[in-house]
Amino acid sequence: MFQKLTKLTTALALSTAVAVPAFAELSGTLRITSDMSNPAPRAVMEKMASDFDAMHPNLSVELTVVDREAWKTQIRNALSANAPDVVNWYAATRMTPYVDAGLFMDISDLWNEPEMAALASTKGAMTLDGKQWGVPYTYYQWGVYYRKDIFEELGLSEPKTWAEELSNCQAIIDSGRKCYTIGSKYLWTAGGWFDYINSRTNGYDFHIQLANGEVAWTDDRVRATFANWRQLIDMGGFVDDHQSYSWQEAMPFMIDGKAAAYLMGNFSVAAFRDGGLTDDQLDFYQFPVINPDVDYAEDAPTDTFHIASGAQNVEAAKAFLLYVTSPEVQSAINAGDALGQLPVNANASVSDDKFIQQGFDMLSNNAGGGIMQFFDRDFPAEMASVGMEGLQEFMVFPDNLDDILERLEDARQRIYK
Amino acid sequence: MSSALTQPSKFKSWYRKNDIAITPWLFLLPAVLFFATYVIVPIGQSFWISFHMWDGLGEKTFVGMDNYERLLGLGDQKMDRKFETSFWNNIKWLLLYLLAIPMGLFIALFLNQTVTGIRLYKSLFFFPFVISQVVVGLVFSWFYLPNDGLFDVIMGWFGVDIRGGVLGNPNTATYGIIAAGLWPQTAYCMILYLTGLNSVDPEQVEAGRLDGAKGFRMLWYVILPQLRPATFIAFVVTIIGALRSFDFIAVMTNGGPFGSTRVLSFFMFEESLSEFGFRMGYGAAIAVVLFFIMLGFIAYFLYQMWRDEKEGR
Repeated sequence: MFQKLTKLTTALALSTAVAVPAFAELSGTLRITSDMSNPAPRAVMEKMASDFDAMHPNLSVELTVVDREAWKTQIRNALSANAPDVVNWYAATRMTPYVDAGLFMDISDLWNEPEMAALASTKGAMTLDGKQWGVPYTYYQWGVYYRKDIFEELGLSEPKTWAEELSNCQAIIDSGRKCYTIGSKYLWTAGGWFDYINSRTNGYDFHIQLANGEVAWTDDRVRATFANWRQLIDMGGFVDDHQSYSWQEAMPFMIDGKAAAYLMGNFSVAAFRDGGLTDDQLDFYQFPVINPDVDYAEDAPTDTFHIASGAQNVEAAKAFLLYVTSPEVQSAINAGDALGQLPVNANASVSDDKFIQQGFDMLSNNAGGGIMQFFDRDFPAEMASVGMEGLQEFMVFPDNLDDILERLEDARQRIYK
Repeated sequence: MSSALTQPSKFKSWYRKNDIAITPWLFLLPAVLFFATYVIVPIGQSFWISFHMWDGLGEKTFVGMDNYERLLGLGDQKMDRKFETSFWNNIKWLLLYLLAIPMGLFIALFLNQTVTGIRLYKSLFFFPFVISQVVVGLVFSWFYLPNDGLFDVIMGWFGVDIRGGVLGNPNTATYGIIAAGLWPQTAYCMILYLTGLNSVDPEQVEAGRLDGAKGFRMLWYVILPQLRPATFIAFVVTIIGALRSFDFIAVMTNGGPFGSTRVLSFFMFEESLSEFGFRMGYGAAIAVVLFFIMLGFIAYFLYQMWRDEKEGR
């Protein structure tokens, strides 16, 4: 996929090379509402806003930062009445309600600018109905973060296949530990497990078909996914009582050495380091192959900027989106001391943090199947909430599978009408 | 100039003639206006929305009774399982929450004595009602934590192991939350009874004592009848408290594990306003059903109050 994208990139770059930046004189006010409320992202956002403000003497930038969780429900009100010019959101199906309601501005013309060619790899995630509705600014890999010291103590190596995975897990269990920690109280962590086992068992295309409601949940291929998952559950691979913990509350199991690994996004690395794990103890591997006939597909959720359709200062908003995605800004905001994630611009430099490097390498060279946005962004909202509840129940009571699948199938038939 | 003077006097005399009929309405007007704007009209809107499919942003699509058919399983559909769970959890809440009344009465009787520092004890018992429900919920969820939680440790002494912890086990989670809710609710009932006990007529107690009543018979036949107003209010606030038991659930389990602790109010919130929600029509249909359940209780209370007032006259 990456090669295909590079070709596309070159083609785009050639065809639009004559265009010149059209945003020389910006004036008025640019109002940005951001959900980057955690300390590090907030500092990044504030710096971007003030730098952009300084670059354009006639333009003043007004930044409002909203709590990240609260923003998930507030965005509706924010966009419908007296909308700001630029807002944060997420890629893929998560954009649908706002696109359908006409609250995001179609910025396909911006994607035709030559600068945007370097973002081609993310274009698919920003496209709905054949148009682009925003730009990405950062993304991060998912995968298995594990305790290298425990693996070394038990003489294990990073598993490449499902058989190795299971034998590793058995060895870890025999040493009195759990293979994986997980906190499924808020459900989405179980969604990550399903994404991986399903895409490794049936392939990326099947996974997306399921997300689009084209395949029944009672399909035998879905059952195969759950059967593979169940192997790990039945051997006692996951920590007990995980339905009582949030993802953070499940971290001490790994930090204390009671569990050996965690299937998580790269944002967990900061928390592991805060918890006292050194880089000698913590390492990363790509989720192993289950079905050798399907290519690797990876979860790599993308965070985005959008222009509200009610924006007052569209010129400035577009200029800001170009600014955010430019190689220099991308290198700066995704650096290890800023967001510590992956830049979306192919010309940006990647932080030399070992996890970011590994993630970048994995997503560039070893994700031929495709990039998933994550269970709750690929599946429509209602399906995601019913689905993740079923996944959590499955992890605790695997015997209820038939009932769960029937329920999900009922929901599918109703939701994708 | 003279005409300018006569006009107000004309109005004055008209008002003077009718003031007994008009004045109450004038005083009621602001309240009626606000009550209509913020309560009556929204109720009507909820009914209206519940006949639609609407994501809160775009156009509403009229679907008639579809939402109700799906919710209540009318016609050939199955009842929505989430609704079923929520409804039965609501019933559990209603019944078990009433325990707050006898418990509050017991503590009130216990505290209704003159000992040094009794004011301090009373305020300590009242404390849980003062702190936020969110805090109570958090404290209890730590108390219930599997392995490390105090409750789990204590149960361990008796050899009882609840799989998944109290809040992680679908069979115990709702009861765990109700127990947490009972703590502040008991304090509330206690304070109601303490004020009630202040107004118990000492002469009647004296008379009862002369007739040889003591202990439970004294409580049942002499004290409790005098506490009837307090009991009535305690009953009302407890029923209402049980029906709006939203905060505890949101903080302690977020409706989980696998949706087993939902109640109707939480279900309504989840469908219409949560991160994965925005099915306004369906949420409104749940709200309407909840409204009728509450209406049953409210009608009963109103009738009771009306009867009491008639007796009082």
